[in-house]
Amino acid sequence: MAQQPDYDEGDAVFRVRPYALTGGRTRANLDLPLETLVLCSARGHSVLNQVGLEQRRILLLAIEPISLAEISAHIDVVIGATRVLVGDLVASGFLESRSGSYADQPDIKLLERVLDGLKAL
Amino acid sequence: MSEPPFPSSATAHAPSPKVPIPVKVVVAGGFAVGKTTFVGSISEIEPLTTEAVMTRASEGVDNLGAASTSKTSTTVAMDFGRITLGNSDLILYLFGTPGQERFHFMWDELVRGAIGAVVLVDTARLADCFPAVDYFEQRSVPFVVAVNCFHGAVLHSLDAVRHALSISSDVPMFHTDARERTATRDALLTLVQHALVRTRARVGAA
Repeated sequence: MAQQPDYDEGDAVFRVRPYALTGGRTRANLDLPLETLVLCSARGHSVLNQVGLEQRRILLLAIEPISLAEISAHIDVVIGATRVLVGDLVASGFLESRSGSYADQPDIKLLERVLDGLKAL
Repeated sequence: MSEPPFPSSATAHAPSPKVPIPVKVVVAGGFAVGKTTFVGSISEIEPLTTEAVMTRASEGVDNLGAASTSKTSTTVAMDFGRITLGNSDLILYLFGTPGQERFHFMWDELVRGAIGAVVLVDTARLADCFPAVDYFEQRSVPFVVAVNCFHGAVLHSLDAVRHALSISSDVPMFHTDARERTATRDALLTLVQHALVRTRARVGAA
């Protein structure tokens, strides 16, 4: 009996050249830092069976908040190509995203929250 | 010329309040100084590896005698981990990055929006951390210097290391043990406190 590929598994690896996944594009439409966190949106859930395999895999990884860097590691695709794929999903509304302040270092309020968080560890 | 890691024109997209806020710290230092050990000692996940590729025109690189090819690409692997903080509304990422100057294209991306950097130092190979120290000084990135004590041995005084590295007296420097979770947490605390002092001074001066 033929086995269905299970893209929930963490061990599937893309065996294609990374920028083939992006249609050859090397620039992302969105300026997403490595640590950008994404979360699969309601729209993302609704299109799980209509998107490509790699998009589906990313959406499934993002059922819990996950960073661009982690997605890159899990799907074994270089950061640049992962950024293009994730950027498209964010732009389409299938992923919600959150980045820190990109231009500047974090502000005092955020630094204080990080400090308190580390002290509580 | 390397392609810029980011496009210059960012399309606006609203941050979602349902998603935690990400923050990051760069962990820099020479080869085998303990960056991944440091990250792994406190990360809630097994450290992961991600790769970035830089393609550029070759600059006199000898490609095994082949007729000169127009491009070379360098792959940089980064190990990283994560720590969920607060009420799970904050996630701190630690990115370990190779210290060599040829990887600076990666650092330009990493330091954008970073809290700062922990420079790990092995006193047996002090010079390995020069590029990292220079880089963070030049770009005014808050950093602390953590002298990793392999096997608990303190080989050199901190004053001697500070002098050898010509590090200014306002940069925190301390011994650490990259294998120890509490030591790693304290190193991160010192960095965040240092970044806070600098940010408060900057805001106050403005």
